[in-house]
Amino acid sequence: MADMIKMATRDAYGKALAELGAVNDKVVVLDTDLAAATKTAMFRKAFPERFFNCGIAEANLMGVAAGLATMGYTAFASSFAMFAAGRAFEQVRNTIGYPGLNVKIGATHAGISVGEDGASHQCNEDIALMRTIPGMTIVNPADAIEARAAVFAAARLDGPVYLRFGRLALPALFDESYAFEIGRGVTLRGGNDLTIAATGLLVHEALIAAEQLANEGIRARVLNIHTIKPLDLEILTNAASETGAIVTAEEHSVVGGLGGAVAEALSATLPVPVLRVGVEDRFGASGPAVEMLRVYGLCAENIAAKAKMAMAMKR
Amino acid sequence: MDQSRKLELKRLACRARMGIVEGVYQAKSGHPGGSLSAVDLLTYLYFERMRVDPANPKWEDRDRFVLSKGHAAPALYAVLALRGFFPEEELKTLRKNGSRLQGHPSMRLCPGVDMSTGSLGQGFSAAGGMALGAKLAGRDITTYALLGDGEIQEGQVWEAAMFAAAKGLDRLVAIVDNNDLQIDGTVGEVNSPYPINEKFAAFGWNVLEICAHCFTEMEEAFRRASERNGKPTAIIMKSVKGKGVSFMENQVGWHGVAPNAEQYAQAMAELEARLAELEGRAQNG
Repeated sequence: MADMIKMATRDAYGKALAELGAVNDKVVVLDTDLAAATKTAMFRKAFPERFFNCGIAEANLMGVAAGLATMGYTAFASSFAMFAAGRAFEQVRNTIGYPGLNVKIGATHAGISVGEDGASHQCNEDIALMRTIPGMTIVNPADAIEARAAVFAAARLDGPVYLRFGRLALPALFDESYAFEIGRGVTLRGGNDLTIAATGLLVHEALIAAEQLANEGIRARVLNIHTIKPLDLEILTNAASETGAIVTAEEHSVVGGLGGAVAEALSATLPVPVLRVGVEDRFGASGPAVEMLRVYGLCAENIAAKAKMAMAMKR
Repeated sequence: MDQSRKLELKRLACRARMGIVEGVYQAKSGHPGGSLSAVDLLTYLYFERMRVDPANPKWEDRDRFVLSKGHAAPALYAVLALRGFFPEEELKTLRKNGSRLQGHPSMRLCPGVDMSTGSLGQGFSAAGGMALGAKLAGRDITTYALLGDGEIQEGQVWEAAMFAAAKGLDRLVAIVDNNDLQIDGTVGEVNSPYPINEKFAAFGWNVLEICAHCFTEMEEAFRRASERNGKPTAIIMKSVKGKGVSFMENQVGWHGVAPNAEQYAQAMAELEARLAELEGRAQNG
């Protein structure tokens, strides 16, 4: 594991866009008056002629990105997750998803860790919404290295991709040698007593939970499921068959996100107990990010507690 | 435009009207009213104005057309077929299982369709993106978007209008099909978008007003739209919903229903008579 340098995935997104712009002149970036927050300002500074501020108009943003894609550009459309996936859902569905256009939606400020801005801006529904769109790829990186890799991988893929980034600075989990592949989960820790399948910000918490469980003699396998769609069925089915119980962990509603996807998939292939750690079916609230994550149970302690419950349910 | 060319466009538009009626009749559903109001414009664009190549529908330097009022798909299909993008016979497959002619246009399925549309307001934004892309690449491409007068009740239309003017997209031309009718009544009764001309002008657009069924006025308007002055151009065209089929004209009830066998026969007889007249043929019976 790399040094504990903290960086938010949104910062990695901005840096990666600027890097990508230098090697791919078909990359254009669009934002909605949020370039300083989404970090697309880094691309704007490097390539002002390929950056377009659409103003506070997310529906139009998605349509413009779609139009640019038809002209041969790889369009990154950025806003906060709430507005990219929430407000503009139907634009993404009909004008990007249905024609399968080469638009990358760079959604930042996802989840409870937005913190002080409160429930109106804490998007815990974006993965659920995007999952319903046929052909949409969804990637939720766990650290800055993975976020950078996800941006480059998304640009190589011809079709719509939803990239989910956070505001909170996260410890580095990976180093430059990390091999990232869309749709392929990563085993971060071995173990056969149960599996913790985590994504995004909660991957780090899952590793801490596994360490806590190890102290009690429980060997938890930890998977990093960075791609929620297409879901890595192989790694999950193997985990179900070899460990017999699964806990999912995500900074998202327990409805329709990674937990929902895993439960749906395993119920049809290899049903085992699947317990979900996420935001229970309720809205967020204002408060410091780290504190609010704990209040909403998005922490190692809750993952470890759910892990023991899942083990007790094993047949 | 000389008289013979104008006559030829009238003949083509008449044949396109027959294609609309045929398709909607065969499908037993669809939107004849707003297709018939827009079909003269589509005929003019595809036969007179736009640089397109039916043999190479994805030609990079072609002009682009976005049917933002996607429910007028029968009109677009009829004109694309006449222009040679696919066989006219295929118009009979409209809305049928397995057809390339979906109820609303799909760019993945239908040759000549530049953007998938149907959800109102969205095509206009995509047209803005196309115009922006052409400008960024320095390519001499004009993008045309056709909107309904009911459609402009969508807020996204005005997001797109603001954007196009702010970015100086002067190779973008929006045409508003002002037939004054939408599902629940006149657009003024439902939720008035008037004055349409002043709204577009206030958003920073050049505004022209024409009759939707007069090719001479179209010629002049699109010539003026092609003179670049840093602004996009909106052409508000006053049209007759259901134009060309007597019992459909100005009838709100013909927005989204198909004719029955009797009505179909009457509509086709009227159009056939009109075509014969335009072709200088003697009519039978």
